[in-house]
Amino acid sequence: MSSAAATIRAVGRVSRIPLPVLAVASLVLVTTALAFVFFVAPNDANQGFSQRIFYFHVSIAITAYACFAGGAWQALRHLWKRDPRADLASYVCVHQGLIFGTLVLLTGSIWAKISWGRWWLWSEDQLVLFLVLFLFYCAYFMLRFSIDPGPQRANLSAVYALFGVVLIPVSFAAIRLAKNLIHPVVFTLHGPNFGGWILVTYCIAQIALLVLAYTLYRLELGGKRLDARLRRLREAFA
Amino acid sequence: MTTAEKYVTAAYCVVFAVVLVYVLIMALKLQRLEREVDELAGRAPEEDEEETPREPARVG
Repeated sequence: MSSAAATIRAVGRVSRIPLPVLAVASLVLVTTALAFVFFVAPNDANQGFSQRIFYFHVSIAITAYACFAGGAWQALRHLWKRDPRADLASYVCVHQGLIFGTLVLLTGSIWAKISWGRWWLWSEDQLVLFLVLFLFYCAYFMLRFSIDPGPQRANLSAVYALFGVVLIPVSFAAIRLAKNLIHPVVFTLHGPNFGGWILVTYCIAQIALLVLAYTLYRLELGGKRLDARLRRLREAFA
Repeated sequence: MTTAEKYVTAAYCVVFAVVLVYVLIMALKLQRLEREVDELAGRAPEEDEEETPREPARVG
C-alpha cells in the first residue's frame, strides 16, 4: 500500500517537471543514444551492422506498449473516479502509442528486409499480432470520433482502451510462443539475451525514447487542454 | 556505403522524420491556438466598450 502511494507521489513529481526541461532532456538523451548506437555499440556477430536497428526498434516497441498501458490506466481512472481530465489523457496516450506503433512497423519492416529479404512475413506471429494491436487502436479513433463529445463518448472510449491492454501481453509473449523462431527473442525469463555495451546502448535508447514519448505526451495534452478551454471561452463569448 | 548501412540509415531517418512531422503539426496547432487567444483577447475590450457607462453612485 505504501509502495503504491510512493509510486503515485513519484508520478505526481514527474508531472510537475516543466516542459522545456523535458524537451532538453529528450534532445540530450536521444543524441547520446544515437552516438552510442553508431560509435560505441559493437557489430553483432550474426547480423553485423544491420543489428543496430534493434536499439531503436525494440525501444520504440516497448514505448508503444507503455503508451497503450498508460492509456488503459487513464481510462480506468476515468471509469473509477470520473476524473474529467483522465479521458483526454487516455486519448493522448493512445494517440502517442499509435505514433510509436507506426514507427515499430516501419523500422521492423526495414529490418526484416535486410535480415529476411522480405518487407513483411504473414507467417510470423509476432508481426501479425502487433499489426492486430495497431489496427485495434486505429479503430479506437474511429469509435471515438463517431460519437458526439460527452460522457457517452468518454465512457465507451475508456472501456475500449481497457480491452486493448489485454493484447499487450499477448503481443509480447507471441515470439516466445511461436514455433518458428525467425524473430529474435531478446528478453527471456532469465534476463536480456545480451550484455556489455549492447545492453548499455539499449538501456540508454530505451530511457531516451520513454522520455521523448513523455515529452510529446505532455506537449499534446497541454495543447488539447488549451483547445478545450478556448472552446469553452468562445462559447461564453458567443 | 554498404546495403546494410543504407537500410539502417533509412530506419533512423524514418524515425527522425516521423517525430519531426509530429512536432511540426503540434507547433502549427499551438500557433493556431495562439491566434485564437489573440482574437478572443481583442474581442474582450470591445465588449467592455459596448457596455453603457454607469453613473457614479451618490453616497450620503
